[in-house]
Amino acid sequence: MDNEIIAFSCYCVKLSHFFGVDNSRQNFWGIGINMGIGNMGLADFRHLHKTLLRGPVVVALVYTFFFLFPAVAGTPTTRAFPGNLPIAELSEEEAVWHALNRLGFGPRPGDVERVRQIGLERWIEQQLDSESIDDSVMDAHLECYPTLAMSSAQLLEKYPPPQLAARQAGLSPEEYRRLRSQKQQASPNREEGRMEGETADLRRRMQTGEPSQQMMLAGPQRILAELVAVKMTRAIYSERQLQELLVDFWFNHFNVFAGKGADRWLLTSYDRDVIRPHVLGKFKDLLVATAKSPAMLFYLDNWQSADPQAFERLQQQMTERRQRLGNRFGLLGAERMRRLPPAGQQQQGQVARRRGLNENYARELMELHTLGVDGGYSQQDVTEVARAFTGWTLRAPRRAPEFYFEARLHDPNPKGVLGRKIHAGGIKDGEEVLDLLAHHPSTAKFISLKLARRFVVDEPPPVLVERMAKTFQQTDGDLRAVLRTMIYSPEFWSRESYRAKIKKPLELVASAARALGAQGDNPLPLARWIAQIGEPLYQCQPPTGYSDKAEAWVSTGALLNRMNLALALAGGRIAGTRADLPALVSVTEDAPQALDDFLNAFLGDQVSPQTRETLAIKLGESANPASLELIAGLVLGSPEFQRK
Amino acid sequence: MEVNRRLFIKSCGVAMVGLGGMPSFLTRALAATPMPNGKILVVLFQRGAADGLNIVIPFAEPNYYRLRPSIAIPQPSLGKNEAAIDLDGFFGLHPSLSPLAPLYKQRQLAIVHAAGSPDNTRSHFDAQDYMESGTPGVKNTEDGWLNRHLQTQPKPNSRPFRAVTISPNLPRTLYGSAPAVALPDVRQFRVLAPSPKVEGGFEALYAQTLDGMLHGTGQETFEAIDLLRQADPARYQPQNGAVYPRGRVGQNLLQVAQLIKAKVGLEAAFVEANGWDHHVNEGGVQGQLANLLRELGEGLAAFARDLGDRMENVVVVTLSEFGRTAQENGNRGTDHGHANCMFILGGPVVGGKVYGRWPGLAPDQLNEGRDLALTTDFRTVLGELISEHLGNQNLERVFPSFSAGQKDFLGLIKT
Repeated sequence: MDNEIIAFSCYCVKLSHFFGVDNSRQNFWGIGINMGIGNMGLADFRHLHKTLLRGPVVVALVYTFFFLFPAVAGTPTTRAFPGNLPIAELSEEEAVWHALNRLGFGPRPGDVERVRQIGLERWIEQQLDSESIDDSVMDAHLECYPTLAMSSAQLLEKYPPPQLAARQAGLSPEEYRRLRSQKQQASPNREEGRMEGETADLRRRMQTGEPSQQMMLAGPQRILAELVAVKMTRAIYSERQLQELLVDFWFNHFNVFAGKGADRWLLTSYDRDVIRPHVLGKFKDLLVATAKSPAMLFYLDNWQSADPQAFERLQQQMTERRQRLGNRFGLLGAERMRRLPPAGQQQQGQVARRRGLNENYARELMELHTLGVDGGYSQQDVTEVARAFTGWTLRAPRRAPEFYFEARLHDPNPKGVLGRKIHAGGIKDGEEVLDLLAHHPSTAKFISLKLARRFVVDEPPPVLVERMAKTFQQTDGDLRAVLRTMIYSPEFWSRESYRAKIKKPLELVASAARALGAQGDNPLPLARWIAQIGEPLYQCQPPTGYSDKAEAWVSTGALLNRMNLALALAGGRIAGTRADLPALVSVTEDAPQALDDFLNAFLGDQVSPQTRETLAIKLGESANPASLELIAGLVLGSPEFQRK
Repeated sequence: MEVNRRLFIKSCGVAMVGLGGMPSFLTRALAATPMPNGKILVVLFQRGAADGLNIVIPFAEPNYYRLRPSIAIPQPSLGKNEAAIDLDGFFGLHPSLSPLAPLYKQRQLAIVHAAGSPDNTRSHFDAQDYMESGTPGVKNTEDGWLNRHLQTQPKPNSRPFRAVTISPNLPRTLYGSAPAVALPDVRQFRVLAPSPKVEGGFEALYAQTLDGMLHGTGQETFEAIDLLRQADPARYQPQNGAVYPRGRVGQNLLQVAQLIKAKVGLEAAFVEANGWDHHVNEGGVQGQLANLLRELGEGLAAFARDLGDRMENVVVVTLSEFGRTAQENGNRGTDHGHANCMFILGGPVVGGKVYGRWPGLAPDQLNEGRDLALTTDFRTVLGELISEHLGNQNLERVFPSFSAGQKDFLGLIKT
């Protein structure tokens, strides 16, 4: 191993001599390697490497090297490619593209060079330690989104649901609705002429620096609009690319649908306080955070789940108390009864309806969040887990929703889950179930499978999944460690994995914007395209989340929209986002050259000769020279750009 | 014989690269091979839980007027427009649905009352989810019932437009492995570029790619674009003097009619009608519900008129996640309830009848003391349409763990 590194170092020195690079420059390692790979190609490199290792010349060189550059030989070799990364089948160029595409939302102009400069392995380690990355530019972007920092209670107060808002304004709901629709019609952002409105708005804002009209939505829609805008902004502009991918992954794993009632007001906190802090932490912490989040409690109905016997028990207790304390305190008892969390729709004047067990959360917890559908649990386990979570409910669901354990709704009897007796009592029942599930081997395997499916290939090799699952178990579910195992596996860098994944709509749109080096201040029009290509953000209805497999994303209508997105984005027809195409090409008036430049910039030249030829022919056919917009649009809409 | 354009392109893919694309006249000629129309099912989903008791009114049920003092629809009486339209002496149509009355008389329109999902949830989200997946009570079903129908009826030369929704996103009903297209607007289904050359460029790119999945879907996409261009949707004129209402429901039905006439191989279409959640000021003969029903009635009537004889192959069915409380609430509206009514419209329908056992509205007859009880599972109705109209014998796969079969059918479809 040492010999190899040394030989490699020598070879770099040799190359840098050959290409006339100044060895005295501090970063000559990087330059040397770049020059070498860039000009020679991997095959040449391997050949040279082998030759060097074979003959006695190696020994000679090694000694010369040590003799001449002892200090240099002692410095860490992280800048060398591939370092500790088990990359055997991909060239450095390919590996860097692969990393930028898989551990981020694709490269911006100059990113490939930048990663080579600092070294692929070091870049990966930085991404795995996202806190270490300076993201101040991003933070500045986020200042235009006031809801981002608000609590659910603040959101409910500032953007109340229409019925409540009407009451506050002293209007009947019908009057309120009429007033609002009149207001909306008067605004320039109506469906018709929206494009023009947006463009004009953007232009004005560019000049004045005031927040976008789009963002001026007054009602609760604003909450979701800002969430979507922030997600897009982060995907496109954040330096913490892996972190943003992981937030997307884990939100999707613990999916909550914005369209289910109160969840619209709860997702801001869910994204910020529940998912985001844990994506590189321990799985159990993430699991517990979701289990106790108002968003999940509401989405999967656990807040309404109660021990079916609780009602009788309470009534009996109250009767006893009334008898004990006399009528004066009876009122108090009735008041407390009334203050129990409401049981869905209640008839006026009717006593609180008897509530029962709700199994939704218990089922999805095991099937989707932890064990997986084949993880070895039964319907009986579902019921038992549901019993353990009775009493996990919400305080003040319509005003300041907050997790709270209501002991009076909890089933006090022992439960048997996956062959283990759960009888800790109270809130500990549920916590013990979460602990059991978080440490179950099926969970280690299921989470590893899902990560590998998202980050490596649709059907990941079992050996990779097992390796990741082993790390999961050895590290108490340390998600950073599991990711590191995945990235430091040869399967991640295999030829089969390379460009094997179809980009999800979010990934496609973000990667196209990044490839163009697009700048903008209102990503909502861009987000509308993501919805049209099939992934409306925060609006996946079922708890399964969006699929990580290609079939879900490649359909007739979606593919057409992918092409139209490419044309619209490159053509500058998406309001709020601008691209400077001439900056991406060496000569603006030369179509063939522009094609070469775009293929290089967007795809790292990784296109089949047929694609290149087809494009060249198509561009040559037209009488007028093809515009830069058109060429860029065709490349971004090509089959190659749909993959990563 | 139908020329399979995709096959043609596949077989001369190599030549195409050399020529830089097929001559456009040839493309157009090959695209112009219409598909004979098979049976078609159009699903219209009323999101928000429509108030079935004020849509098809049980005017002979005395409890109805007791439960709804301010929003009830008056009993039919001769020469009076502001009242229910008598259907059979017991039920009447909301007066806003008057365009549908002739279709009922012509026996093209059938109604099933007290129908819906057996699950007791009163959450819009869950109830829609259950109705669209076709598996009440089961949350983790991945695909929708209409897609499962298509999956169980594989077509070797299937067309891209087998299943369509006129909306930017696929509804849950159409989720699944069988291809389904979300068309926000039939007129916009094309490459949006100033020059047709761009479309040719993309077509050539996807024709030559060695990426199997993108190649196949790419071919289907351009085939679909060609098919629609043939239909020339921008210049569509409804026939037989049909006038569609201007709202979204009317315009979506118009686009479905266009696709049917264009013979693009449509088998299933999904149309959404939103805004039925009337907790407050629902209205009676006039008001919010009446306005929505007017558009619905005019839309469906225009659709039937426009399609004329083609309705012989078409059945439209309406669904809504649940009904509303039998009793009006304190805000002159209604809250979330249980059973509802369904409309079934089309040439193959044995119409002119209100089907289903009427459970009554007396206090002890109500579901949980508040809602119209359920006597017909929505899957019994859909199962009959799928089996008798669309000819699918795999009902147990479309509606897994639902036991009703042929013997339970209501006789909605002519045999």
